[in-house]
Amino acid sequence: MESLTNRKKVVSDKPMTFLEKIYIPAIVGGMMTTMKHMLRPRKTIKYPEETRVFAPVYRGQHVLKRDEQGRENCTACGLCAVACPAEAITMTSAERVKGEEHLYREEKYASSYEINMLRCIFCGLCEEACPKEAIFLTDRIVTTEFERDEFIYAKDKLVEAMDDRIDITKRQFTGKRTDK
Amino acid sequence: MDTAMLIEKSALVLLLFLISLGVAAYQTYFERKLAAWIQDRVGPDRAGPFGILQPIADGTKMFLKEDFIPAKADKWLFIIGPGISMFTALITSSVIPWGTNLNLFGRDISLQVADFNIGILFVFGVVSIGVYGIMIGGWASNNKYSLYGAIRASSQMISYELAMGISAITIVMLTGSLSLNDIVKSQHGMNWNIFYQPLAFFIFFITSLAELNRAPFDLPECESELIGGYHTEYSSMKLGLYLFSEYTSMFVSSAIMAVMFFGGYNVPGMDAFSGNILAILSIAAFALKIFLIIFVIMWIRWTIPRFRFDQLMHLGWKVLIPVAIVNMLITGLVVAWNQGWM
Repeated sequence: MESLTNRKKVVSDKPMTFLEKIYIPAIVGGMMTTMKHMLRPRKTIKYPEETRVFAPVYRGQHVLKRDEQGRENCTACGLCAVACPAEAITMTSAERVKGEEHLYREEKYASSYEINMLRCIFCGLCEEACPKEAIFLTDRIVTTEFERDEFIYAKDKLVEAMDDRIDITKRQFTGKRTDK
Repeated sequence: MDTAMLIEKSALVLLLFLISLGVAAYQTYFERKLAAWIQDRVGPDRAGPFGILQPIADGTKMFLKEDFIPAKADKWLFIIGPGISMFTALITSSVIPWGTNLNLFGRDISLQVADFNIGILFVFGVVSIGVYGIMIGGWASNNKYSLYGAIRASSQMISYELAMGISAITIVMLTGSLSLNDIVKSQHGMNWNIFYQPLAFFIFFITSLAELNRAPFDLPECESELIGGYHTEYSSMKLGLYLFSEYTSMFVSSAIMAVMFFGGYNVPGMDAFSGNILAILSIAAFALKIFLIIFVIMWIRWTIPRFRFDQLMHLGWKVLIPVAIVNMLITGLVVAWNQGWM
Protein backbone atom coordinates (compact mmCIF):
# COMPACT_ATOMS: atom_id res chain seq x y z
CA MET A 1 0.00 0.00 0.00
CA GLU A 2 1.18 3.48 -0.72
CA SER A 3 2.26 5.40 2.34
CA LEU A 4 0.25 8.40 3.42
CA THR A 5 3.17 10.14 5.13
CA ASN A 6 6.90 10.26 4.53
CA ARG A 7 7.53 9.01 8.08
CA LYS A 8 6.75 5.38 7.34
CA LYS A 9 9.50 2.94 8.39
CA VAL A 10 9.74 -0.68 7.36
CA VAL A 11 10.48 -2.87 10.37
CA SER A 12 12.88 -5.76 9.95
CA ASP A 13 14.28 -8.38 12.32
CA LYS A 14 17.63 -8.88 10.62
CA PRO A 15 20.46 -9.81 13.03
CA MET A 16 22.49 -6.88 14.33
CA THR A 17 25.88 -6.20 12.80
CA PHE A 18 28.98 -5.99 14.98
CA LEU A 19 28.87 -2.18 15.11
CA GLU A 20 25.25 -2.28 16.19
CA LYS A 21 26.00 -4.95 18.80
CA ILE A 22 28.62 -2.95 20.64
CA TYR A 23 26.14 -0.05 20.88
CA ILE A 24 28.89 2.58 20.90
CA PRO A 25 27.93 4.36 17.65
CA ALA A 26 24.31 4.47 18.79
CA ILE A 27 25.28 5.81 22.22
CA VAL A 28 27.53 8.46 20.68
CA GLY A 29 24.70 9.42 18.33
CA GLY A 30 22.36 9.75 21.27
CA MET A 31 24.85 11.87 23.16
CA MET A 32 25.20 14.17 20.14
CA THR A 33 21.42 14.59 20.14
CA THR A 34 21.38 15.54 23.82
CA MET A 35 24.30 17.91 23.25
CA LYS A 36 22.34 19.59 20.48
CA HIS A 37 19.45 20.09 22.89
CA MET A 38 21.83 21.37 25.58
CA LEU A 39 23.08 24.14 23.28
CA ARG A 40 19.68 25.12 21.98
CA PRO A 41 18.22 28.41 23.26
CA ARG A 42 15.56 27.97 25.95
CA LYS A 43 11.96 28.69 25.08
CA THR A 44 10.76 28.91 28.69
CA ILE A 45 8.84 32.03 29.73
CA LYS A 46 9.81 32.73 33.35
CA TYR A 47 6.35 33.73 34.43
CA PRO A 48 6.36 36.40 37.14
CA GLU A 49 9.21 38.29 35.46
CA GLU A 50 8.11 37.67 31.89
CA THR A 51 4.56 37.26 30.69
CA ARG A 52 3.57 35.76 27.41
CA VAL A 53 1.72 37.85 24.88
CA PHE A 54 -1.99 37.05 24.94
CA ALA A 55 -4.12 36.58 21.85
CA PRO A 56 -6.42 39.60 21.29
CA VAL A 57 -9.45 37.38 21.97
CA TYR A 58 -8.03 35.92 25.22
CA ARG A 59 -10.80 35.21 27.75
CA GLY A 60 -9.65 36.14 31.26
CA GLN A 61 -11.16 37.88 34.26
CA HIS A 62 -14.50 39.60 33.62
CA VAL A 63 -15.21 43.30 33.81
CA LEU A 64 -18.54 45.10 34.28
CA LYS A 65 -18.39 48.18 32.05
CA ARG A 66 -19.53 51.71 32.67
CA ASP A 67 -20.61 54.02 29.85
CA GLU A 68 -18.90 57.26 28.79
CA GLN A 69 -20.50 59.20 31.64
CA GLY A 70 -19.44 56.60 34.18
CA ARG A 71 -22.83 54.94 34.64
CA GLU A 72 -23.04 51.16 35.08
CA ASN A 73 -24.32 49.44 31.95
CA CYS A 74 -25.72 46.38 33.71
CA THR A 75 -29.50 46.25 34.20
CA ALA A 76 -29.55 42.93 36.06
CA CYS A 77 -31.63 41.26 33.35
CA GLY A 78 -30.06 37.92 34.26
CA LEU A 79 -29.41 36.75 30.70
CA CYS A 80 -25.75 36.17 31.49
CA ALA A 81 -26.69 33.97 34.46
CA VAL A 82 -29.10 32.03 32.24
CA ALA A 83 -26.49 31.62 29.51
CA CYS A 84 -23.76 30.54 31.94
CA PRO A 85 -23.16 26.77 31.51
CA ALA A 86 -21.24 26.59 34.78
CA GLU A 87 -23.84 28.52 36.80
CA ALA A 88 -21.12 30.80 38.11
CA ILE A 89 -23.08 34.07 38.02
CA THR A 90 -25.62 35.25 40.60
CA MET A 91 -27.16 38.70 41.00
CA THR A 92 -29.92 40.62 42.70
CA SER A 93 -31.64 43.52 41.02
CA ALA A 94 -32.83 46.82 42.48
CA GLU A 95 -34.74 49.82 41.21
CA ARG A 96 -32.92 53.08 40.65
CA VAL A 97 -34.22 55.86 42.92
CA LYS A 98 -34.10 59.58 42.26
CA GLY A 99 -30.64 61.08 42.54
CA GLU A 100 -28.89 57.91 41.33
CA GLU A 101 -29.09 58.75 37.62
CA HIS A 102 -25.38 59.46 37.51
CA LEU A 103 -24.63 55.94 38.85
CA TYR A 104 -26.84 53.66 36.77
CA ARG A 105 -27.76 54.09 33.14
CA GLU A 106 -31.26 52.58 33.27
CA GLU A 107 -34.06 52.32 35.82
CA LYS A 108 -33.01 48.86 36.99
CA TYR A 109 -29.56 47.89 38.15
CA ALA A 110 -27.68 45.04 39.87
CA SER A 111 -27.44 45.73 43.59
CA SER A 112 -25.16 42.73 43.89
CA TYR A 113 -23.38 40.82 41.15
CA GLU A 114 -21.12 37.86 41.91
CA ILE A 115 -19.07 35.53 39.73
CA ASN A 116 -17.55 32.43 41.26
CA MET A 117 -14.19 32.25 39.52
CA LEU A 118 -13.74 28.60 40.56
CA ARG A 119 -16.94 27.63 38.74
CA CYS A 120 -16.37 29.86 35.73
CA ILE A 121 -15.00 28.08 32.67
CA PHE A 122 -14.22 31.32 30.80
CA CYS A 123 -16.33 30.32 27.81
CA GLY A 124 -17.50 33.89 27.10
CA LEU A 125 -21.19 33.01 26.75
CA CYS A 126 -22.16 35.69 29.33
CA GLU A 127 -20.49 38.28 27.16
CA GLU A 128 -22.35 36.99 24.11
CA ALA A 129 -25.68 36.94 25.93
CA CYS A 130 -25.40 40.46 27.32
CA PRO A 131 -27.75 42.86 25.44
CA LYS A 132 -26.35 45.96 27.17
CA GLU A 133 -22.60 45.53 26.45
CA ALA A 134 -22.09 45.42 30.21
CA ILE A 135 -19.98 42.31 30.77
CA PHE A 136 -16.76 41.52 28.93
CA LEU A 137 -13.94 39.09 29.39
CA THR A 138 -10.50 40.73 29.49
CA ASP A 139 -6.87 39.69 29.15
CA ARG A 140 -6.35 39.91 32.92
CA ILE A 141 -5.58 36.72 34.84
CA VAL A 142 -7.61 35.64 37.86
CA THR A 143 -4.97 35.56 40.59
CA THR A 144 -4.46 32.69 43.01
CA GLU A 145 -5.82 32.83 46.56
CA PHE A 146 -5.54 30.71 49.68
CA GLU A 147 -9.30 30.65 50.52
CA ARG A 148 -12.16 29.49 48.31
CA ASP A 149 -14.34 32.40 49.43
CA GLU A 150 -11.95 34.85 47.92
CA PHE A 151 -12.64 33.50 44.44
CA ILE A 152 -16.24 34.78 44.56
CA TYR A 153 -15.73 38.15 42.90
CA ALA A 154 -18.34 40.76 43.84
CA LYS A 155 -19.03 44.16 42.28
CA ASP A 156 -16.07 45.76 44.02
CA LYS A 157 -13.74 43.60 41.92
CA LEU A 158 -15.84 43.30 38.77
CA VAL A 159 -17.02 46.85 38.03
CA GLU A 160 -14.30 48.92 36.43
CA ALA A 161 -13.06 51.90 38.41
CA MET A 162 -14.01 55.40 37.21
CA ASP A 163 -10.42 56.53 36.85
CA ASP A 164 -9.05 53.17 35.67
CA ARG A 165 -11.11 52.09 32.68
CA ILE A 166 -10.45 48.61 31.28
CA ASP A 167 -9.81 48.54 27.56
CA ILE A 168 -12.06 45.98 25.87
CA THR A 169 -11.86 47.33 22.31
CA LYS A 170 -10.03 44.18 21.23
CA ARG A 171 -13.04 42.09 22.18
CA GLN A 172 -15.75 44.38 20.92
CA PHE A 173 -17.82 43.39 17.92
CA THR A 174 -16.39 45.33 15.03
CA GLY A 175 -19.45 45.18 12.77
CA LYS A 176 -22.56 47.26 13.22
CA ARG A 177 -25.01 45.65 15.64
CA THR A 178 -28.60 46.64 15.03
CA ASP A 179 -30.09 44.80 17.99
CA LYS A 180 -28.42 46.89 20.70
CA MET B 1 56.50 13.29 62.54
CA ASP B 2 56.95 16.86 63.73
CA THR B 3 54.22 19.25 64.86
CA ALA B 4 54.32 21.41 61.73
CA MET B 5 53.71 18.40 59.53
CA LEU B 6 50.82 17.32 61.77
CA ILE B 7 49.22 20.77 61.43
CA GLU B 8 49.86 20.81 57.70
CA LYS B 9 48.30 17.39 57.14
CA SER B 10 45.32 18.17 59.41
CA ALA B 11 44.69 21.41 57.52
CA LEU B 12 44.88 19.51 54.23
CA VAL B 13 42.47 16.83 55.50
CA LEU B 14 40.01 19.47 56.68
CA LEU B 15 40.31 21.35 53.40
CA LEU B 16 39.78 18.18 51.36
CA PHE B 17 36.77 17.28 53.50
CA LEU B 18 35.19 20.67 52.93
CA ILE B 19 36.05 20.72 49.22
CA SER B 20 34.65 17.21 48.69
CA LEU B 21 31.38 18.16 50.38
CA GLY B 22 31.18 21.50 48.57
CA VAL B 23 31.89 19.91 45.21
CA ALA B 24 29.32 17.20 45.92
CA ALA B 25 26.74 19.86 46.79
CA TYR B 26 27.38 21.79 43.62
CA GLN B 27 27.38 18.58 41.60
CA THR B 28 23.72 18.18 42.54
CA TYR B 29 23.08 21.71 41.26
CA PHE B 30 25.06 21.08 38.09
CA GLU B 31 23.33 17.77 37.53
CA ARG B 32 19.91 19.37 37.80
CA LYS B 33 20.93 22.20 35.47
CA LEU B 34 22.41 19.78 32.93
CA ALA B 35 19.33 17.56 33.03
CA ALA B 36 17.21 20.64 32.46
CA TRP B 37 19.32 21.82 29.53
CA ILE B 38 19.21 18.41 27.88
CA GLN B 39 15.44 18.34 28.30
CA ASP B 40 15.03 21.90 26.93
CA ARG B 41 14.20 23.30 30.37
CA VAL B 42 15.80 26.06 32.45
CA GLY B 43 16.41 24.17 35.70
CA PRO B 44 16.60 25.59 39.23
CA ASP B 45 16.92 29.37 38.98
CA ARG B 46 14.96 30.77 41.91
CA ALA B 47 17.34 30.47 44.89
CA GLY B 48 19.86 33.24 44.33
CA PRO B 49 21.18 34.37 40.93
CA PHE B 50 20.90 31.44 38.45
CA GLY B 51 19.73 29.28 41.37
CA ILE B 52 23.25 29.19 42.76
CA LEU B 53 21.98 28.76 46.34
CA GLN B 54 19.84 25.74 45.41
CA PRO B 55 22.12 23.11 47.09
CA ILE B 56 21.94 25.06 50.36
CA ALA B 57 18.15 25.17 50.13
CA ASP B 58 18.08 21.43 49.36
CA GLY B 59 20.38 20.65 52.29
CA THR B 60 18.29 22.75 54.66
CA LYS B 61 15.19 20.94 53.47
CA MET B 62 16.85 17.58 54.17
CA PHE B 63 17.70 18.64 57.72
CA LEU B 64 14.17 19.88 58.41
CA LYS B 65 12.48 16.62 57.36
CA GLU B 66 11.30 14.07 59.91
CA ASP B 67 14.01 11.52 60.66
CA PHE B 68 12.00 8.31 60.55
CA ILE B 69 13.19 4.82 61.51
CA PRO B 70 10.75 2.02 60.64
CA ALA B 71 9.50 -0.02 63.62
CA LYS B 72 10.80 -3.36 62.32
CA ALA B 73 14.12 -1.96 61.10
CA ASP B 74 17.43 -2.93 62.69
CA LYS B 75 18.00 0.43 64.32
CA TRP B 76 21.79 0.49 64.66
CA LEU B 77 22.55 -0.96 61.26
CA PHE B 78 19.99 1.47 59.82
CA ILE B 79 21.97 4.36 61.29
CA ILE B 80 25.40 2.96 60.40
CA GLY B 81 24.54 2.33 56.70
CA PRO B 82 24.66 5.89 55.39
CA GLY B 83 27.65 6.59 57.62
CA ILE B 84 29.71 3.84 55.98
CA SER B 85 28.73 5.07 52.53
CA MET B 86 29.82 8.61 53.32
CA PHE B 87 32.99 7.53 55.14
CA THR B 88 34.26 5.38 52.28
CA ALA B 89 33.39 8.03 49.74
CA LEU B 90 35.37 10.67 51.63
CA ILE B 91 38.41 8.66 52.70
CA THR B 92 39.43 7.73 49.14
CA SER B 93 40.40 11.33 48.46
CA SER B 94 43.31 11.01 50.91
CA VAL B 95 45.63 9.19 48.48
CA ILE B 96 45.03 11.41 45.47
CA PRO B 97 47.86 13.82 44.58
CA TRP B 98 45.98 17.06 44.03
CA GLY B 99 48.91 19.07 42.64
CA THR B 100 52.63 19.62 42.73
CA ASN B 101 54.21 20.70 46.01
CA LEU B 102 53.09 24.05 47.37
CA ASN B 103 55.62 26.33 49.07
CA LEU B 104 54.01 28.05 52.06
CA PHE B 105 55.64 29.56 55.21
CA GLY B 106 59.01 28.28 54.05
CA ARG B 107 57.82 24.69 53.93
CA ASP B 108 57.42 22.37 50.97
CA ILE B 109 53.85 21.12 51.38
CA SER B 110 52.81 17.98 49.51
CA LEU B 111 49.22 18.16 48.28
CA GLN B 112 48.63 14.50 49.00
CA VAL B 113 47.49 13.48 52.47
CA ALA B 114 49.11 10.05 52.41
CA ASP B 115 51.54 8.83 49.74
CA PHE B 116 50.99 5.08 50.13
CA ASN B 117 53.13 2.87 47.97
CA ILE B 118 49.98 0.79 47.43
CA GLY B 119 47.68 3.73 46.56
CA ILE B 120 45.61 1.95 43.90
CA LEU B 121 45.14 -1.09 46.11
CA PHE B 122 43.94 1.19 48.91
CA VAL B 123 41.44 2.88 46.58
CA PHE B 124 40.06 -0.45 45.39
CA GLY B 125 39.83 -1.77 48.94
CA VAL B 126 37.96 1.26 50.23
CA VAL B 127 35.65 1.47 47.23
CA SER B 128 34.66 -2.18 47.73
CA ILE B 129 33.79 -1.44 51.36
CA GLY B 130 31.48 1.28 50.01
CA VAL B 131 28.96 -1.34 48.92
CA TYR B 132 28.60 -2.40 52.57
CA GLY B 133 26.91 0.91 53.29
CA ILE B 134 24.30 0.13 50.64
CA MET B 135 23.97 -3.52 51.67
CA ILE B 136 23.63 -2.77 55.37
CA GLY B 137 21.14 0.02 54.70
CA GLY B 138 19.07 -2.18 52.40
CA TRP B 139 19.15 -5.11 54.83
CA ALA B 140 18.39 -3.06 57.93
CA SER B 141 15.37 -1.35 56.32
CA ASN B 142 13.40 -4.64 56.49
CA ASN B 143 11.74 -3.84 53.18
CA LYS B 144 11.69 -6.04 50.09
CA TYR B 145 12.50 -3.18 47.71
CA SER B 146 15.45 -2.08 49.82
CA LEU B 147 16.71 -5.65 49.95
CA TYR B 148 16.40 -6.04 46.19
CA GLY B 149 18.31 -2.81 45.72
CA ALA B 150 21.03 -3.98 48.09
CA ILE B 151 21.32 -7.37 46.37
CA ARG B 152 21.54 -5.72 42.98
CA ALA B 153 24.19 -3.31 44.24
CA SER B 154 26.36 -6.10 45.63
CA SER B 155 26.07 -8.40 42.61
CA GLN B 156 26.78 -5.47 40.30
CA MET B 157 29.79 -4.53 42.42
CA ILE B 158 31.20 -8.06 42.34
CA SER B 159 30.76 -8.36 38.57
CA TYR B 160 32.28 -5.02 37.67
CA GLU B 161 35.08 -4.89 40.26
CA LEU B 162 36.86 -7.66 38.32
CA ALA B 163 36.97 -5.90 34.98
CA MET B 164 37.86 -2.66 36.75
CA GLY B 165 40.78 -4.24 38.57
CA ILE B 166 42.07 -5.97 35.45
CA SER B 167 41.98 -2.76 33.44
CA ALA B 168 43.77 -0.93 36.26
CA ILE B 169 46.51 -3.60 36.31
CA THR B 170 47.58 -2.52 32.81
CA ILE B 171 48.35 0.94 34.17
CA VAL B 172 50.29 -0.60 37.05
CA MET B 173 52.28 -2.68 34.57
CA LEU B 174 53.10 0.36 32.45
CA THR B 175 54.19 2.42 35.44
CA GLY B 176 55.73 -0.34 37.49
CA SER B 177 54.28 1.09 40.68
CA LEU B 178 51.05 0.98 42.69
CA SER B 179 51.58 4.44 44.13
CA LEU B 180 49.28 7.09 42.66
CA ASN B 181 52.07 9.63 43.01
CA ASP B 182 54.39 7.55 40.81
CA ILE B 183 51.62 7.01 38.29
CA VAL B 184 51.08 10.76 37.97
CA LYS B 185 54.81 11.49 37.73
CA SER B 186 55.24 8.90 34.96
CA GLN B 187 52.69 10.83 32.85
CA HIS B 188 54.72 14.04 32.89
CA GLY B 189 53.58 16.74 30.43
CA MET B 190 51.37 15.20 27.76
CA ASN B 191 52.62 11.62 28.22
CA TRP B 192 49.20 10.46 29.41
CA ASN B 193 48.20 6.82 29.86
CA ILE B 194 45.03 7.30 27.79
CA PHE B 195 47.20 7.34 24.64
CA TYR B 196 48.74 3.97 25.54
CA GLN B 197 45.67 2.33 27.05
CA PRO B 198 42.47 3.68 25.44
CA LEU B 199 40.73 0.32 25.79
CA ALA B 200 41.67 0.03 29.47
CA PHE B 201 40.31 3.53 30.04
CA PHE B 202 37.11 2.64 28.25
CA ILE B 203 36.58 -0.44 30.42
CA PHE B 204 37.59 1.45 33.55
CA PHE B 205 35.13 4.22 32.75
CA ILE B 206 32.20 1.86 32.16
CA THR B 207 32.94 -0.14 35.30
CA SER B 208 33.31 3.10 37.28
CA LEU B 209 29.80 4.07 36.20
CA ALA B 210 28.60 0.69 37.47
CA GLU B 211 30.51 1.06 40.75
CA LEU B 212 29.03 4.51 41.25
CA ASN B 213 25.49 3.21 40.63
CA ARG B 214 25.11 5.86 37.97
CA ALA B 215 22.89 5.55 34.91
CA PRO B 216 22.86 3.45 32.78
CA PHE B 217 23.81 1.12 35.65
CA ASP B 218 21.61 2.65 38.38
CA LEU B 219 19.70 -0.57 39.00
CA PRO B 220 20.11 -0.57 42.81
CA GLU B 221 18.10 2.62 43.10
CA CYS B 222 15.78 2.68 40.13
CA GLU B 223 12.55 4.43 40.97
CA SER B 224 10.27 2.71 38.50
CA GLU B 225 11.03 -0.82 39.70
CA LEU B 226 12.24 -0.55 43.28
CA ILE B 227 10.79 2.76 44.54
CA GLY B 228 14.25 4.12 45.17
CA GLY B 229 15.91 0.79 45.93
CA TYR B 230 18.11 0.59 49.01
CA HIS B 231 17.09 4.02 50.32
CA THR B 232 13.31 3.48 50.08
CA GLU B 233 12.89 3.59 53.88
CA TYR B 234 15.36 6.39 54.48
CA SER B 235 14.34 9.97 55.15
CA SER B 236 15.83 13.24 56.30
CA MET B 237 19.62 13.65 56.37
CA LYS B 238 20.19 9.87 56.34
CA LEU B 239 18.76 9.86 52.83
CA GLY B 240 20.73 13.03 52.24
CA LEU B 241 23.93 11.26 53.26
CA TYR B 242 23.29 8.41 50.82
CA LEU B 243 22.63 10.78 47.96
CA PHE B 244 25.54 12.95 49.01
CA SER B 245 27.97 10.04 49.30
CA GLU B 246 27.05 9.06 45.76
CA TYR B 247 28.07 12.48 44.49
CA THR B 248 31.19 12.52 46.64
CA SER B 249 32.30 9.16 45.28
CA MET B 250 31.56 10.41 41.78
CA PHE B 251 33.95 13.31 42.43
CA VAL B 252 36.63 11.02 43.85
CA SER B 253 36.21 8.45 41.07
CA SER B 254 36.59 11.17 38.47
CA ALA B 255 39.74 12.28 40.26
CA ILE B 256 41.10 8.73 40.19
CA MET B 257 40.28 8.42 36.49
CA ALA B 258 42.07 11.71 35.87
CA VAL B 259 45.07 10.47 37.85
CA MET B 260 45.28 7.10 36.15
CA PHE B 261 44.55 8.00 32.55
CA PHE B 262 44.68 11.77 32.04
CA GLY B 263 47.94 12.58 33.75
CA GLY B 264 46.49 13.87 37.03
CA TYR B 265 47.83 17.37 37.53
CA ASN B 266 50.13 17.25 34.48
CA VAL B 267 49.62 19.79 31.73
CA PRO B 268 51.56 20.14 28.48
CA GLY B 269 54.16 22.88 28.82
CA MET B 270 54.27 22.72 32.63
CA ASP B 271 58.08 22.76 32.65
CA ALA B 272 58.02 26.49 31.87
CA PHE B 273 56.73 27.20 35.39
CA SER B 274 58.01 26.37 38.83
CA GLY B 275 57.19 26.81 42.51
CA ASN B 276 53.78 28.03 43.63
CA ILE B 277 52.68 29.12 40.13
CA LEU B 278 53.22 25.59 38.92
CA ALA B 279 51.33 24.24 41.94
CA ILE B 280 48.32 26.46 41.27
CA LEU B 281 48.43 25.68 37.56
CA SER B 282 48.56 21.94 38.28
CA ILE B 283 45.63 22.15 40.71
CA ALA B 284 43.61 24.10 38.13
CA ALA B 285 44.43 21.56 35.40
CA PHE B 286 43.46 18.69 37.68
CA ALA B 287 40.19 20.41 38.62
CA LEU B 288 39.40 21.01 34.95
CA LYS B 289 39.99 17.34 34.11
CA ILE B 290 37.78 16.23 36.99
CA PHE B 291 35.07 18.66 35.87
CA LEU B 292 35.14 17.35 32.31
CA ILE B 293 34.90 13.72 33.45
CA ILE B 294 31.99 14.56 35.77
CA PHE B 295 30.32 16.39 32.88
CA VAL B 296 30.62 13.34 30.63
CA ILE B 297 29.27 11.04 33.37
CA MET B 298 26.24 13.29 33.81
CA TRP B 299 25.82 13.69 30.07
CA ILE B 300 25.68 9.90 29.73
CA ARG B 301 23.17 9.65 32.56
CA TRP B 302 20.69 11.95 30.87
CA THR B 303 21.12 10.29 27.46
CA ILE B 304 21.02 6.53 27.93
CA PRO B 305 18.18 4.49 29.43
CA ARG B 306 18.85 1.95 32.20
CA PHE B 307 20.17 -1.54 31.44
CA ARG B 308 18.09 -4.60 32.19
CA PHE B 309 19.66 -6.75 34.88
CA ASP B 310 20.51 -9.69 32.61
CA GLN B 311 22.03 -7.28 30.08
CA LEU B 312 24.11 -5.80 32.89
CA MET B 313 25.45 -9.20 33.89
CA HIS B 314 26.02 -10.15 30.25
CA LEU B 315 28.02 -6.97 29.66
CA GLY B 316 30.05 -7.42 32.82
CA TRP B 317 30.96 -11.11 32.62
CA LYS B 318 30.89 -11.92 28.92
CA VAL B 319 32.15 -8.70 27.37
CA LEU B 320 34.15 -6.48 29.71
CA ILE B 321 36.10 -9.15 31.62
CA PRO B 322 37.32 -11.06 28.50
CA VAL B 323 38.24 -7.83 26.73
CA ALA B 324 40.04 -6.59 29.83
CA ILE B 325 41.98 -9.86 30.17
CA VAL B 326 43.05 -9.81 26.50
CA ASN B 327 44.09 -6.19 26.88
CA MET B 328 46.09 -7.08 30.00
CA LEU B 329 47.85 -9.99 28.26
CA ILE B 330 48.83 -7.86 25.26
CA THR B 331 50.08 -5.10 27.54
CA GLY B 332 52.04 -7.66 29.54
CA LEU B 333 53.69 -9.01 26.38
CA VAL B 334 54.62 -5.53 25.17
CA VAL B 335 56.03 -4.58 28.58
CA ALA B 336 58.03 -7.82 28.72
CA TRP B 337 59.36 -7.22 25.19
CA ASN B 338 60.42 -3.68 26.07
CA GLN B 339 62.13 -4.84 29.23
CA GLY B 340 64.05 -7.42 27.22
CA TRP B 341 62.56 -10.39 29.06
CA MET B 342 61.62 -12.20 25.84
